[in-house]
Amino acid sequence: MKASAGNSIVLDNLWKTYGSFVAVGGVSLSIEAGKFCTILGPSGSGKTTVLMMLAGFSEPLRGNILIDGNDVTRLPPQKRNLGVVFQNYALFPHMTVLGNVAFPLKMRGMNAAEINLKCRQMLDVVELGDFAGRYPGELSGGQQQRVALARALVFEPRVLLMDEPLGALDKRLRAALQVELKELQRRMNVTVVYVTHDQEEALTMADQVVIMNHGKIEQFGTADDLYDRPTTEFVAGFMGDTNLIEGVVTAKGNDGVLRVEHPTGRTILAQNNASSVGDSVSVSLRPECLALEARKDSPTEEANGWNGRIVNAVSLGDAMRYTIVVGENRPSLQIQLQAKLGRRGAHGHRFYPADEVRLSWNANDARVLPRGKR
Amino acid sequence: MSINASIKPNPAVRVLAWCAIAFLIAPIPIIILVSFSSAQYLTFPPPGLSLQWYERFLGSSEWVQSIWISLQVAVFSAILTMVLATMAAIPMVRADFGRKSIIYAILLAPMIIPVIITAIAMYFVFAQAGLTGTVLAITIGHTIVVLPIAFVVLSSTLQGLDPRLERAAISLGATPLVAFYKITLPLLAPGILTAGLFAFLTSFDELIIPLFLGGPTTQTLAVRIWNSVVMEIEPTISAVAVFLIGTTVLVMVLAALVSRAFQRKSSSSSHQEASHA
Repeated sequence: MKASAGNSIVLDNLWKTYGSFVAVGGVSLSIEAGKFCTILGPSGSGKTTVLMMLAGFSEPLRGNILIDGNDVTRLPPQKRNLGVVFQNYALFPHMTVLGNVAFPLKMRGMNAAEINLKCRQMLDVVELGDFAGRYPGELSGGQQQRVALARALVFEPRVLLMDEPLGALDKRLRAALQVELKELQRRMNVTVVYVTHDQEEALTMADQVVIMNHGKIEQFGTADDLYDRPTTEFVAGFMGDTNLIEGVVTAKGNDGVLRVEHPTGRTILAQNNASSVGDSVSVSLRPECLALEARKDSPTEEANGWNGRIVNAVSLGDAMRYTIVVGENRPSLQIQLQAKLGRRGAHGHRFYPADEVRLSWNANDARVLPRGKR
Repeated sequence: MSINASIKPNPAVRVLAWCAIAFLIAPIPIIILVSFSSAQYLTFPPPGLSLQWYERFLGSSEWVQSIWISLQVAVFSAILTMVLATMAAIPMVRADFGRKSIIYAILLAPMIIPVIITAIAMYFVFAQAGLTGTVLAITIGHTIVVLPIAFVVLSSTLQGLDPRLERAAISLGATPLVAFYKITLPLLAPGILTAGLFAFLTSFDELIIPLFLGGPTTQTLAVRIWNSVVMEIEPTISAVAVFLIGTTVLVMVLAALVSRAFQRKSSSSSHQEASHA
């Protein structure tokens, strides 16, 4: 199998409706060959519908699907030559592990000797060589998952589609399989489209992440892109935790740094994407980007330097999560922020509720986002 | 299971349960004994043992012909029921379409309508078509009577089957037809066989349909028993009854063996990861 450049999968303005409900509303997407692409979104965001259209089980109302440059929009699923791993694995309970893995090869009319050889090789890859004669009911969840993977890859498809394949497994097993899966994908050089609602899975495995919401793509990019440079409030909130502070843009610097004024008069310096002076915006500030310092008096507040008070402190094991209130006089003008610090704090200090703190952050860590509808 | 095992039944309940079982079972050994009677009339206990009634039963070409007719009708209606119930259950469970509840009502109607009504209605239809008195007519009649229960049995089997299995097969290169034959049909087989055996047994001892739809040359075993009882009661009947009981027991044992074979093949005990690690 050789690596080929260019796009493996192209979705061009896909629409799917159920009655008056728009499940997918104009999704366009290009996925490079050999990449691991995760479609991430809450339930009902249309991510599984996109996958089912790719697999051929659901016909789009409008739009085209191209795989390796060929239009497969009207091609029946059995002719698309895609590996599909279903949510509950969908292993055939009346066939052994070997029978399951051999099934796609039998359907392709391969001779028995070749089938046996390929199946044995594939089962060795997923480390189930000793389980060939077992029935799926006699395997653990993780083993069933690996059989499903072997069955979907044994006929060497160019593209592997996966629908929340790790959802039914416990957390530790899931983490182990994520690493295995990523490794296998790299080794077999297969393009993977992986649907999940778990952002952690997206971060650990994906080369490209698509975030979907209400049947539309919110943002597309690398996991780091989406985490560090979200373009919408939804993305900022869905990829990890964030503080969203509203304000109005009052000035724009030459270096791309915006000055945003909160209704209380406090100012934030933050990075811009496309906002201009006068826009109502939200500033996304990741909890781990906030620095905290103990304070005794009340120094004057400045841009990116506010006075606050700890109201809650929760241990996360390796870190502490603090809830901080800024501006105590009038509750309606309070800003509540979450901060996540190493267990002993930035300067080896641990804070407790009622501690007075000075909080600050780097302008490069704060993102200006267009204000979403609420 | 451990909870059930720890409950000790009240002795009174035990006695009652055994009484109920005895009440249900008692006629069977009595009939078996009477069938070996050496007396010339029905009497219990029999004065001595003999095989004369079996000789009279199996030596009579009429009785043997009835066995043959009954077997034909039972086998044909079992096959027809299996095919039709499968064809009905798949769209009713899997497909999504309007007016489903109306079709359900129609499919289940024969269960609610008294058999004698169905029999009379079919008599008129088949009489016009000139089909009364044929094995075909009785077969169709029995199929209609047993279809609702077979449909319910198959629907519940199908409901327990993940529709994604067929999709998975298709994604692996099978055409929808091949996916059905390779995946859905084998997994449905226990349900289909249960429905078929049930149809066989129901048909084998059902009286009303063949009474209306049968003719002089197509008297099923049940009809011949009825006719002979109406005329005179003699111990041949008990030999016939033993034959009927024997057939039923045989079919039940067969069903148990088949279902056990299926269960062994696809036992779904989920082992823990640790046990293999």
